[in-house]
Amino acid sequence: MQSLQKISSRFIPLRVENVDTDQIIPARFLKATTKEGFGKNLFRDWRYENDDESKPKTDFVLNQKQFSGEILVAAKNFGCGSSREHAAWSIQDYGFKVVVSSFFADIFKNNALNNGVLPVTVSDAFLQAIFAQSAESTLTIDLEKQTITIDTTGSSESFEINAYKKTCMLNGYDDIDYLLSMKEEIEKFELNHNK
Amino acid sequence: MGKTIFDKIWDKHVVKIIEGGPSVLYIDKHLIHEVTSPQAFSGIEKRGAPLFRPNQIVATADHNVPTMNQHLPIADQLSKFQVDTLIENCKKHGVELYGLGHPNQGIVHVIGPELGITQPGMTIVCGDSHTSTHGAFGSIAFGIGTSEVEMVFAAQCVMQTKPKVMRINIEGSLQNGVVSKDIILYIIAKISASGATGYFVEYAGSAIRALSMEARMTICNMSIEMGARGGIIAPDETTYTYMKGRPFAPQGENWNKKLTQWKELYSDADAKFDLEININAADIDPMITYGTNPGMGLSVTGKVPTMDSISDPTEKQNFEKALAYMGLEAGQSLLGMPVQYVFIGSCTNSRIEDFRLVASIIKGKQKNASVKTLIVPGSQEVAKQIKAEGLDKIFTAAGIEIRQAGCSACLGMNEDKIPAGEYCISTSNRNFEGRQGAGARTLLASPLTAAAALLTGKITDIRTMLN
Repeated sequence: MQSLQKISSRFIPLRVENVDTDQIIPARFLKATTKEGFGKNLFRDWRYENDDESKPKTDFVLNQKQFSGEILVAAKNFGCGSSREHAAWSIQDYGFKVVVSSFFADIFKNNALNNGVLPVTVSDAFLQAIFAQSAESTLTIDLEKQTITIDTTGSSESFEINAYKKTCMLNGYDDIDYLLSMKEEIEKFELNHNK
Repeated sequence: MGKTIFDKIWDKHVVKIIEGGPSVLYIDKHLIHEVTSPQAFSGIEKRGAPLFRPNQIVATADHNVPTMNQHLPIADQLSKFQVDTLIENCKKHGVELYGLGHPNQGIVHVIGPELGITQPGMTIVCGDSHTSTHGAFGSIAFGIGTSEVEMVFAAQCVMQTKPKVMRINIEGSLQNGVVSKDIILYIIAKISASGATGYFVEYAGSAIRALSMEARMTICNMSIEMGARGGIIAPDETTYTYMKGRPFAPQGENWNKKLTQWKELYSDADAKFDLEININAADIDPMITYGTNPGMGLSVTGKVPTMDSISDPTEKQNFEKALAYMGLEAGQSLLGMPVQYVFIGSCTNSRIEDFRLVASIIKGKQKNASVKTLIVPGSQEVAKQIKAEGLDKIFTAAGIEIRQAGCSACLGMNEDKIPAGEYCISTSNRNFEGRQGAGARTLLASPLTAAAALLTGKITDIRTMLN
């Protein structure tokens, strides 16, 4: 897994609430058997007219040239709906390292963390403050200090992440390695559990 | 202090609590399907690790299968490759597979309970958010991502932070024409599509106790639609009667031993919940959704909210976006609006009782000529039972074709899609933009409301058809 310590970048503002994983990656792209290449279909039906790559929808933020960066900022309840990890893969493959929202759906949050994409939960007021910034302004996310800063104004907020997941993100460790190292403990647990 | 049923089961499955982090939670049953498992199989192979407990895994093909001519090779090459990959992976790793053509095949959340695989007190996971369905049996069941599928392959455990616990009490009797789908749509409309995020939800009260197992499954199924990690209902005699004698349910002496354990699974009288919500069953009307998330629902006789009822600017913008997608006006009534499609199916409502309900309404009548249908049983077993009970004849006489088992138009992965701009009354669980096909307009409702639309071709208050 990719590690992440600190990032300063411009951001893409997606002022939509309840962005569900069917929008992030429509079901017809779930026929793949590998994790690669999902970025080109990220937000597919919001990005293109009639599924046609030669007809980008000009009102969608990913198609607006003034916006760029490795940070996606979205309104509340981001990632609700289906458990498809393809949503996290497509966000990562597109080039995002951080998603900022005032509220994340649980399964998406876990999926993002398991793929080295950091979900940063901010207050409603801070989210609005980010949305109010110009396209050129940048955000800095410092995982070690657990802070997010709007660089132009200097205003900053701290965010929550559990200590274990923080260590994983900082070092690029994944849960599967951890669990594999616990096998004996799990076998011992099973002896009692299966009685 | 007393414990909730959730705490009782959770605590029994914690292998370890990581300091400042999640718990390592042991998983009793792991259900897998073709869409969210291939990357987990290749992941574990890349690590060179074997599957830790393959005999605790059951696989089926459901999301990406055709619902006609299942005896023929799958025509869509990508779909075929994905289903073939599942067959190959299961064979290679010693996992029991109920694939196409197998009598046990069906939607993963229909076959688990049907076969007696789902049992009280268990932890159950699947790479599918509607795994919450299995909570109807008093189990902790929740959806996971593919990385977590790989974790269960590797160590039969997932890493989970313990959620808060909410109890929703529904007391009293339902109106005639109101069923469990209406209860859950009512709850989600009340607390919103994110209202239970961070929680596990226990459903309790006399209205829940009165429900059949299949009706309870419909409620737990849609827990995720309000953001909940899962839903749970304490097991009771209804549960045990449903389970007894099913192929994978405990037998003989083992049944009695398990029954004693299951009877301990309830929330203690002095258990504390992080949140409690009380609902009067009689307040619930037949429900229908008007928007693009399951929280945007109302009584079938109600009106779409007006613009001035929403103050937050982002929310207003989203509300307008949803109405524009749905082709509806703020403040309008839905009753009498024509619909072009009716979809009866999905892990929410595709069980035998759902088909019995629909049959009771359409018996001896003709389908409205303007309505196209997608009627899809949840499993081979449900399809078999439909025939055994003669319900297929009622559908055929009404001019309605019954298809073969699969997820179908619930998520539009196969060819069962609703065309752009058309309205579909759907017994499924999600009305997201494009969910049933690009531009499709989904109206979530109960099997009864769907049956009414089969006959009238319109959004209809089923209560006016019952006497």
